[in-house]
Amino acid sequence: MIYTKDLSKSYNGTAVLNIEELTIPKGQSFGLVGNNGAGKTTYFSLLLDLIKPTTGYITNNDIVVNESEDWKPFTSAFIDESFLIGYLTPEEYFYFIGDLRGQNKADVDALTSQFEDFFNGEIIGKKKYLRDLSKGNQKKAGIVAALIGNPEVIILDEPFANLDPTTQIRLKQILKDLAQKQGVTILISSHDLMHVTDVCERIVVLEKGDVVKDLKTSPATLKELEAHFAGRLEPVEEEE
Amino acid sequence: MIKHFLTLEWKQYFRSSYWQKNLALNILLVFLALYFIVIFLALGFGLLPILKEVYPDQDPFVVVNGFMFFWIIIDLLMRFFLQKLPVMSVKPLLTLPIKRSTVVHFVLGKSALSFFNFLPLFAIIPFSIMLMADGKPPSMVLTWMFALILVVLIINFLNFIIEAFSAETELSFLPLIAVVGTLYGLDAFNIISISSLIGDAFMGIANNPILILVPLGLLLLCYWFNFKILKEKLFLDASLKSKVTEVKVADLAWTKRFGDIAPFMQLDLKLIWRNKRTKSSVFIMVIGLLYGLFFYPQDIYRDLVWIYPFIGIFVTGIFLINFGQFIPAWDSSYYKMLMSQNIKYEQYLRSKFILMTLSVGLMFILSIPYVYFGWKILIAHFAAAVYNIGVNSHVMLYGGSFNRKKIDLNQRAAFNYQGTGAVQWIIGIPLMILPMVIFALANWLLGFEAGIAILIVLGIVGIVFHKKLMNLITQRYLDAKYKMIDAFSQDN
Repeated sequence: MIYTKDLSKSYNGTAVLNIEELTIPKGQSFGLVGNNGAGKTTYFSLLLDLIKPTTGYITNNDIVVNESEDWKPFTSAFIDESFLIGYLTPEEYFYFIGDLRGQNKADVDALTSQFEDFFNGEIIGKKKYLRDLSKGNQKKAGIVAALIGNPEVIILDEPFANLDPTTQIRLKQILKDLAQKQGVTILISSHDLMHVTDVCERIVVLEKGDVVKDLKTSPATLKELEAHFAGRLEPVEEEE
Repeated sequence: MIKHFLTLEWKQYFRSSYWQKNLALNILLVFLALYFIVIFLALGFGLLPILKEVYPDQDPFVVVNGFMFFWIIIDLLMRFFLQKLPVMSVKPLLTLPIKRSTVVHFVLGKSALSFFNFLPLFAIIPFSIMLMADGKPPSMVLTWMFALILVVLIINFLNFIIEAFSAETELSFLPLIAVVGTLYGLDAFNIISISSLIGDAFMGIANNPILILVPLGLLLLCYWFNFKILKEKLFLDASLKSKVTEVKVADLAWTKRFGDIAPFMQLDLKLIWRNKRTKSSVFIMVIGLLYGLFFYPQDIYRDLVWIYPFIGIFVTGIFLINFGQFIPAWDSSYYKMLMSQNIKYEQYLRSKFILMTLSVGLMFILSIPYVYFGWKILIAHFAAAVYNIGVNSHVMLYGGSFNRKKIDLNQRAAFNYQGTGAVQWIIGIPLMILPMVIFALANWLLGFEAGIAILIVLGIVGIVFHKKLMNLITQRYLDAKYKMIDAFSQDN
């Protein structure tokens, strides 16, 4: 589904990402871990064509993302709060995204009604603007908006951060269902090794822009990851 | 402690992307400052001879004091619109061992160093020297000079008090204008002669140096009041407590008739109505509509046929100018999302185009009553409206692709220059000057009808080639995409 070839990104000569080849098959739940500055967000931004690759390319369903926009109809993402429109209510935001993705109000309502548990009664029908919601609730709205329109590829950057424990558990269930039952390709990044091993079939470790580990998740994966991160005592770099 | 603050200020200023990316604007500001300094110096040295010339039988010192009232209210008005209380990001300081009062004193002290406070000195000091050279007793002139400096500072702090109270309201500048207008009215119609009262007060101070304690007391009072207001604001919950407004959902179903751009139009309309900054452009529409009243009632201007199109462009295009100049920066806070969504740039831009076109049509209809001042005005406005739709709207959209500044939608509305860059200055040339020049030339060489015809033809050409132009503009936006995403994700 997603194929990355010779991809690199550098700022003023400093390489921040360098991936020779990476293939993510359809329906895989793919986890990206790494310390700050490892290049996780950079990779996702390249995948969404928000920044220009220095060399190489990414194809999404055989479409080169920085040459054509045809990947957009089946790809959705929530990277950070800048994906939200602060002066809309969550419902209006969902309908707006729905409009862009060819879903009418009824379709959107049908989808969001599945997430009543997840929203915990704090999102829908509150007559509040998104900008007035708490960080956690903003994130919930953003994640659900990324599920509108039956996307085939969903990209979530740090989906577990800022969420309360109950919501984290519910989110894990939602993501697992999407990958297993509906064949959606899911890409997430996380600092939480436990969550990511729970959700993802495959985990790739980035370190200073390079792929250093590519693991198929097994019961031993969590231990291996913990050992990997504990073993390195290099200074942590700046936030990417 | 003050030393730390000063280094922080220094770094904040020179490390801001605003400074680094806007050298041109900064140079322009420096020139502007120099220009005003020169004017004030000239005023300071030239005032005495001028007054002697104009009022040969009066003491120039008395005359100047008679004008003090007008200086005070004009200064107050200018400051209200142009000067802002220096900002300091206090959040990181609150948990550090620094006294709150130190922070407040620093902010207030810093405001006293504003250019607005120095500017009058360039006139006051030379004028005082001239007075002494003219034979006035130095002790009297010096007292008067210090009184004036105190008054400058009083105005400085008074302005912040007014701002603090009016910032909460939507139309923050109305109360001040009302108060100043009333004072001026009282004076102009001789109900209470405030100007002579204030003039007498200054004369009194000059003659009795002890009375200088009065302005000094006023200054301390203003300072203390500011101190109190600011100190209350120095708690986190004051700034963190967000006012949660109940949402009023409007039915925007009528936009559906615009087909595939309906979602964007709804978004734009909500953008305009739900944010402070954009809301003001609606009020500015009213001001723009009345703009013609400055000119048309006066015979001098009514004979200057060549300025009709300029006023017409302004009256019918006020929304176009105000809204259009910040396309696509209005959407800067969620631009990343838009770019990763399944949208066609062309639809996004067309929605803005339709919105601007509708506004021009509406403004033209509302401006029809200007026909009272002559049918030529109506025709000129019509030509200007066509030109606005056909040419200026495309120019605006094209210029927008050069916008590289994020806009903070929640900032105070009126007279907010945040997000303004060189683009906004440059774009004014083709937008307003060009049609005026074209018309003036045609009017001069061929006559009124020919000038109007040329403007209308230009507008129609723009409308005919709308599709082609939009393709060009869309391509510009696509080319600038990465740069815009990058710029919009940075705070200035």
